[in-house]
Amino acid sequence: MTALTLSGVTKAFGSAQVLRGVDLHVPARSLTAVLGPSGCGKTTLLRLVAGFDDPDAGMIALGGETVVGAGRPRPPQHRRVGYVPQEGALFPHLSVAANVGFGLARRQRSAGRVGELLELVGLSPALASRHPHELSGGQQQRVALARALAPRPSIVLLDEPFSSLDAGLRESTRRAVADALVAAEATAVLVTHDQAEALSLADQVAVMRNGRLVQLAAPEIVYQSPSDAGVAGFVGEAVLLPASVSNGYATCELGSLAVRGTVSGPVSGQVRILLRPEQLLLSDSGAGVEARVRDVSYFGHDASVRLELVAGGTEVLARVAGHERPRPGSLVRLTVTGEALAYPAGTVPAGTVPTGVILTPSSS
Amino acid sequence: MVAVTAAPADSAAPPAGRSRGPRPPALLVLAATAVALLTLLPLGFVAYEAVQTGWAEASRLIFRQRTADLLWNTVRLTVGSVALSLALGVGAAWLVERSDLPGRRAWTVLLVAPLAVPSFVNAFGWISIAPGLDGYTGAVTITTLSYFPLVFLPAMAALRGLDPGLEESAYSLGLGRRATFFRVVLPQLRPALLGGALLVSLHLLSEFGALALLRYPTFTTAIYDQFQSSFNSSAATMLAGVLVLLCLALLLADLGLRGRSRYARIGGGAPRPVARAPLGPAVWPVLAGLTTLVVLALGVPIGSIVRWLLAGSSTGIDTHRLLQATGTSLSLGAVAAGVTVLLAIPAAWLAVRHRGRVSVLLERSTYVSSALPGIVVALALVTISIRAARPLYQTAPLLIAGYAILFIPRAVVTARAALAQAPPVLDSVARSLGEGTIGTLRRVTLPLITPGLGAGAALVFLAVVTELTATLLLAPLGTRTLATEFWNQSNSLAYGAAAPYAALLVALSAPATYLLTRQARRATV
Repeated sequence: MTALTLSGVTKAFGSAQVLRGVDLHVPARSLTAVLGPSGCGKTTLLRLVAGFDDPDAGMIALGGETVVGAGRPRPPQHRRVGYVPQEGALFPHLSVAANVGFGLARRQRSAGRVGELLELVGLSPALASRHPHELSGGQQQRVALARALAPRPSIVLLDEPFSSLDAGLRESTRRAVADALVAAEATAVLVTHDQAEALSLADQVAVMRNGRLVQLAAPEIVYQSPSDAGVAGFVGEAVLLPASVSNGYATCELGSLAVRGTVSGPVSGQVRILLRPEQLLLSDSGAGVEARVRDVSYFGHDASVRLELVAGGTEVLARVAGHERPRPGSLVRLTVTGEALAYPAGTVPAGTVPTGVILTPSSS
Repeated sequence: MVAVTAAPADSAAPPAGRSRGPRPPALLVLAATAVALLTLLPLGFVAYEAVQTGWAEASRLIFRQRTADLLWNTVRLTVGSVALSLALGVGAAWLVERSDLPGRRAWTVLLVAPLAVPSFVNAFGWISIAPGLDGYTGAVTITTLSYFPLVFLPAMAALRGLDPGLEESAYSLGLGRRATFFRVVLPQLRPALLGGALLVSLHLLSEFGALALLRYPTFTTAIYDQFQSSFNSSAATMLAGVLVLLCLALLLADLGLRGRSRYARIGGGAPRPVARAPLGPAVWPVLAGLTTLVVLALGVPIGSIVRWLLAGSSTGIDTHRLLQATGTSLSLGAVAAGVTVLLAIPAAWLAVRHRGRVSVLLERSTYVSSALPGIVVALALVTISIRAARPLYQTAPLLIAGYAILFIPRAVVTARAALAQAPPVLDSVARSLGEGTIGTLRRVTLPLITPGLGAGAALVFLAVVTELTATLLLAPLGTRTLATEFWNQSNSLAYGAAAPYAALLVALSAPATYLLTRQARRATV
């Protein structure tokens, strides 16, 4: 069953076109992450679903009921949409219990119900009498989620709820929130610009760019078969090389590689092929293309190695286990595992140099 | 008294993109515009009169010896009093913040406390025991003693906000203590000091009671005299015009100042405590000097009030009259406070929730009246009501309107701060949890902003209770407030009879001083 449907939603603020026709389907009891760089329109999308703003055109349906697109838009208080904004936005004049019980009818605001909700988000019911300023950032986020879940909304919208937390707190809060959403059997839409967050938490990822939804798929599909090179670079590091394809094999500077087409179908002729750094294997000798190690970024569990092909000087990126990292300046042999993904040459983003390019999430 | 309020800097620009938000509701814009027009009424009146009078007549009224004398009196009073206030204010602030002066906390309170003695009460305290202290010397002495805390407060706040690292860098570059003070510390204090000096100047331009008691003629006293002799006199209006120009020049300087300079501490983390300069044996003359200052600014007026209270009680105090005046003052204060805060809300709401060119303009226009002397506002309202709205003349609503115009900047500043406590995202959350517009207002917005609005109302209330000039001109016949009763008694040299009113005025000003002190501290850093 579909809990949320958007079709053809557009929105402009003054002369700035923020959403340019977005279609989105969110299955019930799933978590959809809307992933995109800042300014791509993802927060606007959330506000339209919640009813804080109205779209210029298009249709929005919640659980089969059209709330926008048929007559007057339904006001937010009648949509049964839970909303968790950035930094929680707890009511500062109310205790935790009063915050959690805010959306409940007066007789439902019992200590028992509030305690249940706090336990659901992994907090001790003893916190109920505290005030928001007495909580840590992670606790505030969890209370905000408990508050949003209390009236049993048809869908919960989370607007970058973890971005204001520091790294240590972020991971544990993410896990607690994801677990609470599963336990509450809630449908959720999470807006984020952090691709690791989107890939690790979501059942499906909606990638947005310039007010458009460019790919909607499961996390592993988005990572392994990004719909274009831009998406590929946004969801993870990638190596992009020019190649020519015939009979299912691409010939490029790394040799002859097995290819598969993009989501848009098989390709042939002049293409760009995409490899993830973990597909590039290093060895001291044996088969493969010769390359020199430029530098190594060591992360402990693994390491990122920048290499320069001895023939041609093209730069590529490989990822190796932390204990296997090579010394900068040493010569290694490169082989490729798995299939390469090929895109028609014309679809590669502007500014790409013909010899090859490394895409990273931060550069897109 | 003019306002000790700061027009807030334009800091709250909306974050790009998302909260460019919906258009401001037309009704709100309409309400804010109406309030802005009300507050601009006195200014408009003076401008209109100037045009109506015509250049020939206006120049005949303005360019004469009398105006030149008044201007000279005003300028030399301002220069003298501002210079003395700066010296006293900065010196005292440095002693309290940066030296090892004993009893710094107590000194801080004692050095701010003179603000609790209305300047006309201070003048009464002095002149009633030292009748010879009038004219220029008396005026400079007494206004300085009344207003130097307006420099002391921002100077203290600025010194506190100063990063001690800057001074340490100066020492490490080979500068001594004295050179560091003049080359590093003082330049950093400049915005605070200029702000304080402008505030003192504005107070001096609108000062009426103290200068009238001290028989020192300036624009305000001259306008009052003209007004008393003939109600509808273009001579008074033209003098008011000159005074308004002086005030507006100061207001513009103030706005320009706020716009440009801000030397706040940059970077995160708590500032380290400063190493305080040891005073050594100089501590004794310093203590003697501060004691003298506090005795002059606080001891003399309060001692004088006590003396006259004791002397007056032998002849008997008219308790009935006193209670009646107290009741009148308190109820006028309460009504004016409520009305002023209500009038302030539309402009503050627009400024916080719908920031844009129009809302900034509407909000700014309410600050203009903070620069207008009470006498000008009163003159404008009296003349307008006589000519165009006769039934309003000499009524309580007109008096309340006068108070609202004079004190709305205080209410707007506090209402703005209060509304900032209730960001729109909380509205969004409440709506998503099923509350409508009214429910959101009742359960979220109002509980969050009420304390702030209450503080604003308290400020207006206390300002109204001790207001003299506008009350003298606008109060309906037979309406006696504490200030006007005090004025009538002390003017007819009935010092014993005036003393109980003076004592009550001081008692009522004390909480206002506390509130303003807090606000000024927050505003300056």
